[in-house]
Amino acid sequence: MIGDDEEDLEHEALLEDVMEDARDDVVAAFDGKYPIEIKGLKNSFGEQVIHENLDLNVRRGEILGVVGGSGTGKSVLMRSIIGLQIPDAGEIRVFGQNTIGALPDEESAVRARWGVLFQGGALFSTLTVAENVEVPLKQFFPEIEADLRHEIARYKVVMSGLPEEAAAKYPSELSGGMRKRAGLARALALDPELLFLDEPTAGLDPIGASAFDVLTRELTDTLGLTVFLITHDLDTLYAICDRVAVLADKKVIAVDTIPNLLKLDHPWIQEYFNGPRSRAAQTSMELHGAGKSVDKPAGGKA
Amino acid sequence: MREWADFSVQEAGGHTTIVLEGPLLVSTIGLLDRKLRMFDEPVQHIDLSQAEEIDTIGAWTIWRFADEHKARIVGASQQAETLLQAVKDSASDAPVEPERLPTIPRVLEDTGQKVVDFGHGVLNFMSFLGAVIVAFGSVMRHPKRFRYRALIRQFDLVGISALGIIGLMSFLIGIVIAQQGAAQLRQFGAEIYTINLTGRLSMRELGVLMTAIMVAGRSGSAFAAQLGTMKLTEEIDAMRTIGVSPLEALVVPRILANVLMMPLLGFYSAVLAMIGGAFISDLTLGIPFWTFMSRIQEVVPIYDVWVGLIKAPVFGLIVALSGCYQGMQVKGNSEEVGLRTTQAVVQAIFMVIVLDAFFAVFFTEIGWG
Repeated sequence: MIGDDEEDLEHEALLEDVMEDARDDVVAAFDGKYPIEIKGLKNSFGEQVIHENLDLNVRRGEILGVVGGSGTGKSVLMRSIIGLQIPDAGEIRVFGQNTIGALPDEESAVRARWGVLFQGGALFSTLTVAENVEVPLKQFFPEIEADLRHEIARYKVVMSGLPEEAAAKYPSELSGGMRKRAGLARALALDPELLFLDEPTAGLDPIGASAFDVLTRELTDTLGLTVFLITHDLDTLYAICDRVAVLADKKVIAVDTIPNLLKLDHPWIQEYFNGPRSRAAQTSMELHGAGKSVDKPAGGKA
Repeated sequence: MREWADFSVQEAGGHTTIVLEGPLLVSTIGLLDRKLRMFDEPVQHIDLSQAEEIDTIGAWTIWRFADEHKARIVGASQQAETLLQAVKDSASDAPVEPERLPTIPRVLEDTGQKVVDFGHGVLNFMSFLGAVIVAFGSVMRHPKRFRYRALIRQFDLVGISALGIIGLMSFLIGIVIAQQGAAQLRQFGAEIYTINLTGRLSMRELGVLMTAIMVAGRSGSAFAAQLGTMKLTEEIDAMRTIGVSPLEALVVPRILANVLMMPLLGFYSAVLAMIGGAFISDLTLGIPFWTFMSRIQEVVPIYDVWVGLIKAPVFGLIVALSGCYQGMQVKGNSEEVGLRTTQAVVQAIFMVIVLDAFFAVFFTEIGWG
C-alpha cells in the first residue's frame, strides 16, 4: 500500500501533466432558457432574399424540428446559427453569445459544446471513421489520453449504429447511410449540449431511420441535449420532435407542437400536415407510440 | 481553473470501495481516467453516489474500470444507469486503424505494389490512348456530335489566357540568353553571334520547351483536377448514364485544344524571346533593335522554325493526355485529386524533356542541325 504523502505527490504530478495538456478556455454548461436566440435575421444571395425578419428561440432540452419547402433556407438558417454564413442583418445568440462574425476558427467556448451533422456526413476523407470521431476530442480536450480517446471513438461508432469494423475504414469505403452515421458519431463525440442535424434520416432505410430517431430521443432525454433538427421525414417529426418550426414566406411562421400547428389555417401548413404522407405517419405513430425506447423509461435531468 | 473529477479509496469489511467525486464529464475526466488506469489493486465496489453530472464519456470510463476490476457499481442515479447500459451495449474492441504490417514486410510489399502499379499504369495509359483514338474516330465519323463550344472554350483557357504569362516569361528568358551569351562570346570577340544564339535557341528549343512546361503547369494540372473532381462528384458517371461519352465530351476537346494551341503559343514564345534578346542587346551591347531583328532573318535557317513547329503539337498532346489520363484515374477521396494532379504535371514535364532529347538527335541526324 502506498503512503498518503507518496499518493499526494503522484496526484500532484499527474494533475500537472493534465493541466499542461488541457486548454484553459473550457466553460461550464449553459443554464439559460434559450440556447439559441435569433432576432430579425436577414439573409440574401444577391437579389434573392432568403430570410427577412426571422425570429426563433430554441428551448433548452427540446428537440426542435425545422420544416419548410425546398429552397426556403433551412440549411442556410442552420449555417447562419453555426457561424458559417454571415447574415446581412439580425442577431444570433448561441449559449448567450453572439456568433455573427465574432467566432474565430479556433474559438472553443461555443464550439466544444455543439455537434453538427451535415447532410452528406462531411467526414474528413483522409482519416478513418474512428480518427474522424477523435478529431473534436483531440481539438478541445487534448488532456484525454490516447487509450481513452480510442475507446470513446469505438463506442461512439457502435452507438451510432455502425458495425464495429467500420471504425478502421475510410469514408470512401462506406455507403451513404453509413457515412451519415459516422458523421453522427463525430457530432456526438463530445456529448454536446446542442446538436444540429441536417436531414439526418434522409437516405437511410426505414429501420435505420427509426433506430436513429430512438437514439436521438434517448440521448436528448438522458443527457438533456437540445436538438435543432432539419427534416423532411414526417415520421421523425411525429415521433421525436417536441416542437416544430415552420419556415415559409422568408420567416418562421409558427413554432409549436404538431396538434397546435394543425389548428392554424396557413395553406402550406395545412397541405404539409394534412397530406396523405402526413396522415400515414400520424397513424403509425398512434399505433406504435412515440419513438421512445420501449425498455427504458425516459430519464431526464433538464 | 478547471474542475476535475477525482476519487477516494475506502476500505470497509474486507471490501475496497472507490468513491467517485465531482462531475464525470468529457471536460473533467482527463485526470480521473489517468489515475484509474494506474490503479492496479483489487476493487469490489464503485460508488457513484457522490458524483455529480455524468455523460457518456464519464459512464464509459467508469464502466471500463468496473469491467477491468470485476467491480460492482453502486449508488448510480437513474441517468447514470441509462448511460452505463448504453455504453455497455456499445462496447467494442475493434481496431481504430487499418492493419499495418511490420516495417520490413511492408517495405517489400510496397515495393512490389509499386512495380505492379507501374506495369498497370503503362497498360492503363495505353488503353486510355486507344480509347482516345477511338473517340477521335467516332467524332470524325459523326462531326455533328462534336462539341465545338467546348473546344472554343478550351482554346480560350489553354491559349488566349496563357498569352500574358507565356509572353512575359519568354521575353525575360530572351533577355537572359542574350545577356549571358554575350558575356561568354565577348571573350572571343564574337559578340555578334549573340544574335545567332538567341534566335536559333529560342526557335528550335526554348520557345517550345518553356511553353510546354508552362502549359503543363497551367492546363495539364487544371485538366487533372477538373476531371478528378468530376469523377468524385459522379458527374462523369452521370454523363455515361445519359449516353454521353466522357471521352468525346471532355477529353477530346481538351486534347485538341492543346494540340492546336501549342504551335501557336510556341511560335509566339520564340518571337517574344527574340524581342527580349533584341531589347537587351540594344541597351547593353550596342546592337540596335532593328539590326538585331533583321540579322535574325539571315542567321536563323527556316528549318529551325519547322523544328519548333513540329515539336509543339507533340508536346501539347503529351501534356493534355497525361492531364486527362490522371484526372480520369481519380477514385476515392479528395487527397487523390491532389496526388493525381501532381503526377499529371510531373509526368508531362518529364515526358516532354525526354522526347525533346530524342527530337534533338533526330533533327540533327536528318541534317537540320
